[in-house]
Amino acid sequence: MHINGVEIEDTFAEAFGMWGARLIVTGDDLDWARIAAEAATGFATSIIGCGCEAGTNDLAPGERTLDGRPGVAALVFATSRKNMEAVLLQRVGQAVMTCATSACYNGLVADEKVRIGGKLRYFGDGFQRSKLLDGRRLWRVPVMDGEFVVEESFGVVRAVGGGNFFMMARSLAAALAAARAAVAAMRAVPGAVMPFPGGVVRSGSKISSRYKGQQVSSNTPYCPTLRGQEDSALREGENAVLEIVIDGLTEAAVAEAMRVGIAAACLPGVTRISAGNYGGSLGQFHFALRELVNQ
Amino acid sequence: MGCIACAALVLDGAGVTLKRKESSPIPVEADAICPDRFVGRGQTEIAELPAYYGRRKVTLGDLFEVEGAGADNVTVSGDLKAVKKIGLGMSMGRLTVRGDVGPHLGAYMTGGEIVVEGAAGDWAGAHMSGGRIVVRGDAGHFVGGAYSGEPRGMRGGTIVVGGNAGREVGARLRRGLIVVLGDTGEFTGAGMLAGSVFVGGRLGGRPGAGMKRGTIVAFGEAPELLPTFRYACSYRPVFLQCYLRSLEASGLIESPGLPDGELRRYVGDMNSGGRGEVLVRDQSQ
Repeated sequence: MHINGVEIEDTFAEAFGMWGARLIVTGDDLDWARIAAEAATGFATSIIGCGCEAGTNDLAPGERTLDGRPGVAALVFATSRKNMEAVLLQRVGQAVMTCATSACYNGLVADEKVRIGGKLRYFGDGFQRSKLLDGRRLWRVPVMDGEFVVEESFGVVRAVGGGNFFMMARSLAAALAAARAAVAAMRAVPGAVMPFPGGVVRSGSKISSRYKGQQVSSNTPYCPTLRGQEDSALREGENAVLEIVIDGLTEAAVAEAMRVGIAAACLPGVTRISAGNYGGSLGQFHFALRELVNQ
Repeated sequence: MGCIACAALVLDGAGVTLKRKESSPIPVEADAICPDRFVGRGQTEIAELPAYYGRRKVTLGDLFEVEGAGADNVTVSGDLKAVKKIGLGMSMGRLTVRGDVGPHLGAYMTGGEIVVEGAAGDWAGAHMSGGRIVVRGDAGHFVGGAYSGEPRGMRGGTIVVGGNAGREVGARLRRGLIVVLGDTGEFTGAGMLAGSVFVGGRLGGRPGAGMKRGTIVAFGEAPELLPTFRYACSYRPVFLQCYLRSLEASGLIESPGLPDGELRRYVGDMNSGGRGEVLVRDQSQ
């Protein structure tokens, strides 16, 4: 199968179950809201080294924030509900509360909740105040620019992490152009984020290493500089590979993000679109590339 | 803060309607007029529910023309100025009062919605703990208040008064929101324990006297506060924008945002611990 002359490999991306949360971060203007949300989702590229994966999302069309101010959605993914609570406490406490003018609200209706504002409130040293509005408890924590408003609890849902696809290209320039186009298209999909820098990862990994204690290592079959030294997965003329990893609140969100991303990535200079998997035995979610692009 | 926008329910005639047969200044106790008490009852059974006409025990059918059945949608009309306790302890459904109504409307209410298209008497929503009361006209004294001897008044829910309200609005309020779009009388929020009272017009004298916690907001003119309140700062509280957005989304107010300028925050009452707050629109800006 080809799109615009780009081969879509007959393979699938293998993704895993995670827990997801959606924070709505607001500020006096969109700049401050974005700064707070990006700080909260920074250094959250891979669950292996960062404890969580996260990214920002525009609000859904027509969605308004609880306080009516400009806002940005921050999606955070962790391996367990318990880890999610720890991660959100750190990130809301250290990155959102510290940001000027910010407030932070739950953006997900879910049965399962983790207490965030209900714990961060103690920063108020006894001067914190709560308000119960439409069944949602808001904490007002006194801070030096006024008050930090944070919701008591945040919904968490079972989510999907690790959707992915690779773009093989004749040159790095072509791969970058394809990656940029794909990420731009994927950012419009609500409920899905691409946690790596710029939405793109160049240091894809394999789960083996020749060193003891090192669980993952560079995805050497896809490193063009190693062709000739290692078994290569690259074809003649393929000189750069970039990967996009997708986490989503639902399987459908990941699938949709992959679908629009692959379609947008099929640009001149790109030779193939492929995906990473472990033979299908590890992850419970499989996204077949050809099925996605045929939808 | 704007006026109530389309808060009244437009009823299509379904449900139960009760129309007062005659006008009389003699007090009527009609706590049976409540959707909860109409559940599973037909028109005849509803007409047989008890009421008091002065000291005399009567039935609803003696005082009202009763039509229809069902509990979700109850409409009461006619001269109701002397009719007390409508919606007492209501927990579900919708109750519409066409015209002015007597005291104790929706007292001890826990859920559902009452809409009064006229004015309401004293003690509207006293001790309520849930649901919503919308009074399009004026309300009397002690809106959401506590009966004598009771330590706590309203414990939840929302009351919106489109006109003015009398004295001691939200006195001893424990939780919930009271919004008065017009003026309030003296001692608004006196003895408040928590919760919020918003006043769109002129806030009456001595607001928050004895308050322990809670929030009183004056969007309009405010009196000089008691000396037991201390000025803290001028700012634009974010939490207030959440409230205003919610009220706007419910169709209860027109203006979504805070008025231009900031609010002056006063903390008090220092005689009662000083953990309450009165937010007053900064008229100097």
